[in-house]
Amino acid sequence: MSKERVLAEFAEIVHEVAGIPVAEVQAGSHLRDDLDIDSLSLVEIMVAVEEKFGVATPDEIAADLETVSAVLDHIERNQPAGVL
Amino acid sequence: MRTYGRRVVITGQGAVTPVGLSVQDFWDALLAGRSGVGPIESFDTEGLPVTIAGEVKGFEPTDYMPRTVSRRIDKYAQFAVAAAMQAVEHAKIVVDDANTHRVGVLIGSGYGPTALVQSGTLTLDGRGHRALAPWLSAATSIDCAAGEVALRLGATGPSGAVSTACASGTSAVGEAMRMIQRGDVDAVIAGGADNSITSFDIGSTAMSRALSRRNDDPQRASRPFDKDRDGFVMAAGAGALVLEDAHSAERRGATILAEVVGYGATSDAYHPTAPHPEGLGARRAMQLALDDAGVPASAVDHINAHGTSTTLNDRTEAAAIRRVFGDHAPAIPITSVKSMTGHMIGAAGAVELIATVQTLLTGIVPPTINCDDPEDPGLDFTPHRPRQHDVKVAMSNSFGFAGHNATLVVRRYE
Repeated sequence: MSKERVLAEFAEIVHEVAGIPVAEVQAGSHLRDDLDIDSLSLVEIMVAVEEKFGVATPDEIAADLETVSAVLDHIERNQPAGVL
Repeated sequence: MRTYGRRVVITGQGAVTPVGLSVQDFWDALLAGRSGVGPIESFDTEGLPVTIAGEVKGFEPTDYMPRTVSRRIDKYAQFAVAAAMQAVEHAKIVVDDANTHRVGVLIGSGYGPTALVQSGTLTLDGRGHRALAPWLSAATSIDCAAGEVALRLGATGPSGAVSTACASGTSAVGEAMRMIQRGDVDAVIAGGADNSITSFDIGSTAMSRALSRRNDDPQRASRPFDKDRDGFVMAAGAGALVLEDAHSAERRGATILAEVVGYGATSDAYHPTAPHPEGLGARRAMQLALDDAGVPASAVDHINAHGTSTTLNDRTEAAAIRRVFGDHAPAIPITSVKSMTGHMIGAAGAVELIATVQTLLTGIVPPTINCDDPEDPGLDFTPHRPRQHDVKVAMSNSFGFAGHNATLVVRRYE
């Protein structure tokens, strides 16, 4: 899966959970400051990420995810072999 | 007799009901005698003994809150937020740094977020706990509506839920009145909300034998005080009122709609669902509210009854009214708007108080529709059509499962 594709899929999840327009979800966006995603929404988003990409996010990792690019890196690093 | 110095007034009202999504639409429907009862559309009723309800239709939560909020709360809480926002706008009260600590929120509910509890339980059963949304824990609590209203308004006085089954909305207003009288706060957004129309709600309440099974004639199913009644009709909605200390309201130039002068609350301690056969608790609630108001029974011009259309409630309530009001009882126009709205459970008391205030303001008593053959022919249930009647002092009754009784007395503000 290409990076653009992962971003598009992630933006779709963010839109579904937090109501943010897909186009506003950019690699450089800050989750809290730019997208207004609160702690409850982040948990919900990461559960959806796990279902979509097969990538689990332990709480201690989630706490450090502040930007969209950090999430995308996390997905890329941990995606099961053969999917990317 | 009055033991409190502060007078409490109503300065704003909001309603979401099966017959209208605003106070004006609700009131117009009552005067037109329009029923909001119909076949249940929100879920498949196949196999249930009851297939009708008073559902709220055409409601758009995003008219009152962002989608990010509405998707995280049950519909009952969405209704509460909507009614509260309407009431606050009506009262033209601004919650800001100057008064935020002096504004409270009390929203009653009988059953609370039942749809989310049911869907969450099914999700847990089918897909495990990881499939449960993180906001469900907060959204499946009975205080969720009050918390969300406080959050949306930025009101930082005391907030919470009052839960006394079908009396919840009335209890919330009564307790809010006390909070203001005691001086805890200067204003409270008070009311009630419920949307207990899931397969579980309808199935379990049908099993308690409390619901009408007149499925083939929904608009005639809710018939309070009519001899041919066979149970209440489950309904959904919310009502909210802005209660204020009269001085504060006058100081900010608010339009005062009515004064809340009396509150009485009692328990039957008799049976989980049936009222006390002699209506002891109901009588005492009415008497306490009159004593609290400092008005004699003979001063009451109108009663907005609990009038559920169940065999037991309507018989005991009519008898209790006879006992409390004596010779004056036949002269009082009584109404049950549940004949049109169905029974909105925790919202009922708040919405019915709003109807009572509308009666004070307009001098029109809404009808009890479907009351063809009255339970007590000597009492005036205002059958079929609205009536012009000058009302200065009015009573609103709510009696709930578990024997919770609550009565409010309101008066024209002079």
